Order: sequence, then C-alpha cells, then structure tokens
Amino acid sequence: MTRKKPKKSKARERIKAKKAVPSAPKEGAKRELNISAIDEGTVIDHIPTDAAFKVVEILDLENHKGVVSIATNLQSKSIGRKGIVKVGGKSLTQNEVNKIAIVAPDATVNIIKNYDVREKIKVKTPDVIDNVVKCSNPVCITNNEQVATKFYVVKKDPLKIKCHYCERSMGKDDIEII
Amino acid sequence: MDFKNRDIISINDFSKEELLHILKVVRQLEQKPKSSLLNGKILAALFFEPSTRTRLSFTSAMEQLSGKVIGFSNANTTSIQKGESLWDTIKMAEQYSDAIVIRHPLEGSARLAAEAASIPVINGGDGSNQHPTQTMLDLYTIQKTKGKLDGLHIGFVGDLKYGRTVHSLVIALAHFNPTFYFIAPDDLQIPESYLDELFQKRVKYHKTSDLGRFSRELDVLYVTRIQKERFPDPLEYEKFKGIYRVDEAFLQGVKKELKIMHPLPRIDEIDKSVDSTSHAAYFGQAANGIPVRKALLALVLGKIK
Repeated sequence: MTRKKPKKSKARERIKAKKAVPSAPKEGAKRELNISAIDEGTVIDHIPTDAAFKVVEILDLENHKGVVSIATNLQSKSIGRKGIVKVGGKSLTQNEVNKIAIVAPDATVNIIKNYDVREKIKVKTPDVIDNVVKCSNPVCITNNEQVATKFYVVKKDPLKIKCHYCERSMGKDDIEII
Repeated sequence: MDFKNRDIISINDFSKEELLHILKVVRQLEQKPKSSLLNGKILAALFFEPSTRTRLSFTSAMEQLSGKVIGFSNANTTSIQKGESLWDTIKMAEQYSDAIVIRHPLEGSARLAAEAASIPVINGGDGSNQHPTQTMLDLYTIQKTKGKLDGLHIGFVGDLKYGRTVHSLVIALAHFNPTFYFIAPDDLQIPESYLDELFQKRVKYHKTSDLGRFSRELDVLYVTRIQKERFPDPLEYEKFKGIYRVDEAFLQGVKKELKIMHPLPRIDEIDKSVDSTSHAAYFGQAANGIPVRKALLALVLGKIK
C-alpha cells in the first residue's frame, strides 16, 4: 500500500526547518536543507546547541532503528544558537520528555504525523530525576555500589540538583548522563 | 511526635520542632535516667571505618539503658572483604538486631542503608557528608550551657571548608535566628553553597580571617581542627596548621559568658590553659554524646515518644 503524502503539510514542516537553518555563508547558490523532514516521529527543537548530543544520549538514540537527524549551531531568535534532533518512528513518553528538560529546559517536543506537527509539548523540568544523571562526587555511594541515582531539583534555572544520597549539589556543567 | 522507626540520617531531615522535641527528651532522660528502658533490645554497630568517640558513646548509651550491642569496628574482619555489598550487609544485620548505627567512609551510605533496612538506621558519619548525632549533641551543649538557642552570636573558627560538623551545625542553628561569624583563611572558608542557604533564610553572618575581630560579640565559639588528612599537599597543611590559637591572651577580650566548643580531638588550636576556665565547654560537649544518643535510641525504638 502506498501512502499518499499530504503535500501541504510536508511543505510546512520543511519551511519550518529551513527557517531554522542559518545557511552560514549567505552568498552563493541556494542552500539545500541539511536536516530532512520526517513523516512520523518526534522533532525536538530549541535545544541549546551544546546539548543536542546529550539529548541523543538521554533518549538512547544510538540504538534507535529509525532515522535520527541531528543538527547543531542553527540560528534561533529565542536562544541564539540551537540544536534540533529529529527521530523517525518514535513517540516520547512523558518521562523521556522530562529527562530532556535536564539538559534543554527550553526545548519543545513536536509530535509529527504525516509530516504534520500534531502536538507541541513544552518540556518541564521534573522535581525528581531518577537514574538519569551520574553523581559527580567520586566518593558518593552511587559511584561505588550498584544503586540507582536520584536527584532533587533545587533550582530550575540555572539548573541545580542535589544528590539524594551524598547531598552534594551539582550545577548544569557538572551533569553527566548515565 | 512519634519517632518510632524513624531513621536519623541527615540534619536536613529534621524540622525545628523535631529538633526541639529531641532536645527535650535528652533533658528528661538526664534528669530521670531510666536504666531498663532498652532491656532486650539489640543495636548493631556497623563501623566500616575507625571511630573512638562515636562507637564508644553509642555502646555506652545502649548499655546504660540495659540494651546490648553487636557489630564490628573494622570492615576488614567481615564479609565486606569477600566482596559483600553494603545492601546485603544491612539486610543481614537487620535480622539480628532492632536498630543499626552505621559509620562508613562513602557519602550517602547511611541513606542507602536506611533504604535497605526495615528497622531504624542511625548515621554515625558517612564520609565528609553528615554526622547528625554530633550536630544534635552540639545543639544540646549550646542549649544547656547558654540556657537558650535563640538569637545567639556564634563564631566558627578553623577549617570551615571541609569540616562537616560546622556545616551541619550551621544548618541546624539557622532555625534559631543566630548571627554567625565565620573565621578562617580564604582557602578554608565556608563554602558558598552554605552562604547562599543562609542568605535565603535571612540569617546574618560575617566572614573574617581575624580571630580577634569579633571576639567581643561572641556567645559561643566553635573551634575546629585543621584536618591534616584533607590536604593532598603536606606543604599546604604546613601553611595553615597552628594558624589560630585560642589561649589566655584571646580570652582577655571576650564576654565573660563566652562558651568555647570543639568536636575533639584537638591538636593545638585550644591551649590547655583554657581547660580550667569557665569558658571551656568541650569536655562537657563530649560527655553530652551519651544522653543525646540514649534519647535517640529510645525514640527510634519507640520507648519514648
């Protein structure tokens, strides 16, 4: 069975993506879009550019069987330079959306169906982060025994979290994903 | 207020009302000792690293209330050597006892032990993180010697960067409208994260490296040892050792009622000549470890409410 692609929607998503691409040197021929549209899946937009690969890590996309496109250093009016991650054939759970907030508090998650944005979800930093982040304290019990880590969010912007076990606080820069 | 089965892991877990209730029970037990209160109860004292005062005072507290103590004071003689996890060690120990006190070099170990055990767990020190029973005995000492906790001017001198007793006591005292004086060289000053917390709680504080600067203001001076083991470079330690000395000359310029505290052991930061003055509260402070631990054991074992 062949699926009829709704042209309008496809165009809409492409346009959105094009707007996001900086096409760094302006002169010369028209630039082609370097991150393609997806028909079904999830687009995570407005990621701080240095956190795009962390999002890939958090969602374990290295092991994802569908298409994954990653773009960084795109221009964004709201956050300066941004990253985008497009994941074909995957819908995110609320838990996964919350995890993204740890590294990308301003990200938006767009659910794509038939090349159309069906839903836009603004990520929300969770109050508790279970088993996502590694404690930066080498003498924390979680780094020495098989224990799932747990952090409380003390401050959302800039992100500050506190280890449930050793009680050390960590800033955004110390955060390492498990 | 019911403390039955409650874990004592971090001073951050206790409200002002709960701390005051514990101190009230300590006072009651000091005034009316109940020597058979913990008859038939067994405390497992799991000391994964050496400790003199904490282990001895828990043992003495338990025995003074007719309880028994089992356990170890050196992890090398246990199944840990065979690779047993902390979780499994706790699961085993809870079968043999009614409560556990644990000292462990890894931070967060006591919290994990409390999650593993269905019986109450008391933290006897987890690395440089928490030592809540020390904080409670410090609070009790201040309350007993000053007659109150509210509105005191309290100085901390020495290693304020690494000293966990200082960190926990600062957080506990913040409930009682204090004014703090942090006296240390810049490299050993109290971490910014604690100052942020004090700022949020609207607690007044001053920072200085000069011991004499606020000496006339102080109601309590909490002296700590510069801890040699914290310095990776011995030369760094040499730079700071002996930097502060509380002696008779210092006492010339202080309030008559000033109380000097120290978690002990001391090296040379308090001169022996201070011991015989009315300012010395540190030996009484060490002695308070017994009634405080008795009260905590009785509370978590449900023998006192």
